[in-house]
Amino acid sequence: MKGVLMYLKVFSFPPACILNKMSIDRVVSTDVKMAEDIQAKLEKYRTAPFDARFPNQNQTRNCWSNYLDYHRCQKALDAKGVDTAPCDWYKRVYKSLCPISWIQKWDDQREEGTFPGKI
Amino acid sequence: MAHPSQLGFQDAASPVMEELLHFHDHALMIVFLISTLVLYIIVAMVSTKLTNKYILDSQEIEVIWTILPAFILILIALPSLRILYLMDEINDPHLTIKAMGHQWYWSYEYTDYEDLGFDSYMLPTQDLAPGQFRLLEADHRMVIPVESPIRVLVSAEDVLHSWAVPSLGVKMDAVPGRLNQTAFIASRPGVFYGQCSEICGANHSFMPIVVEAVPLQYFEKWSSLMLED
Repeated sequence: MKGVLMYLKVFSFPPACILNKMSIDRVVSTDVKMAEDIQAKLEKYRTAPFDARFPNQNQTRNCWSNYLDYHRCQKALDAKGVDTAPCDWYKRVYKSLCPISWIQKWDDQREEGTFPGKI
Repeated sequence: MAHPSQLGFQDAASPVMEELLHFHDHALMIVFLISTLVLYIIVAMVSTKLTNKYILDSQEIEVIWTILPAFILILIALPSLRILYLMDEINDPHLTIKAMGHQWYWSYEYTDYEDLGFDSYMLPTQDLAPGQFRLLEADHRMVIPVESPIRVLVSAEDVLHSWAVPSLGVKMDAVPGRLNQTAFIASRPGVFYGQCSEICGANHSFMPIVVEAVPLQYFEKWSSLMLED
């Protein structure tokens, strides 16, 4: 019992909606701080942490969500001409969670233009 | 692993399986006690020469044999719910491994850092070395670091399969298009065997799962070696 409880910790990360709320009017120092936070988190990255949005057995949506968030983040930050390093968090998470065959299939679909998600 | 004439569970290799084992012992003991009591009463009733024609009811005994079973049920339910909630605890895994079921082999993907993936086929009986287990050995084992919380995401590429390792207390269905999460901690180093647990065609009985728990340094060495291949 103690052995199981020793390993229990909750780890959280700001959800994607926070990135979507970023606008050009935002104060630059907050952007820089967020980028530094994300860098620090990426350096300590071990595996995809517990995500309270997907607490149960079915993690399909978790993988899908992070894949979409990475590509939307890339597209959004590229459009603004800003460094896309913060998007790497989503990349690490979807790489941890999604089967390689699913990622390959989705990448091929995006290239063909038949990807079913909205990016 | 399983052995001939085995009666109980395999030796537990994870804290959850230990709890399940102890709970099973507890529930089974209660079941044996009740069964023995009932059997004794049946034999006593059948073999007595005494007959009783005059007792019509008795409030006292009715109360006893209502309260006592309710109490026994609570005695079973409390540890059971404790384990149920224990298994659902939020855990912070150190490693994520994907186990993909195919017809008729498993493939394991370790993609937290680099893209490491490999297939795990059963060793045919004629290729076994002396001392290896028939229908249980695989050519590539799923190696994990001991005493680390591991998250396994189980899915399938074709039909339904199920990823099960009894000594770790893990069984999770592999459904195509779905990612099922399970987690465990290997409390001791060792090799743990399991078999596909959902009918999946001709070779359903011949796609075993082998998990090898090793100290972290050996895990790191193994994963570097596997990446080079």
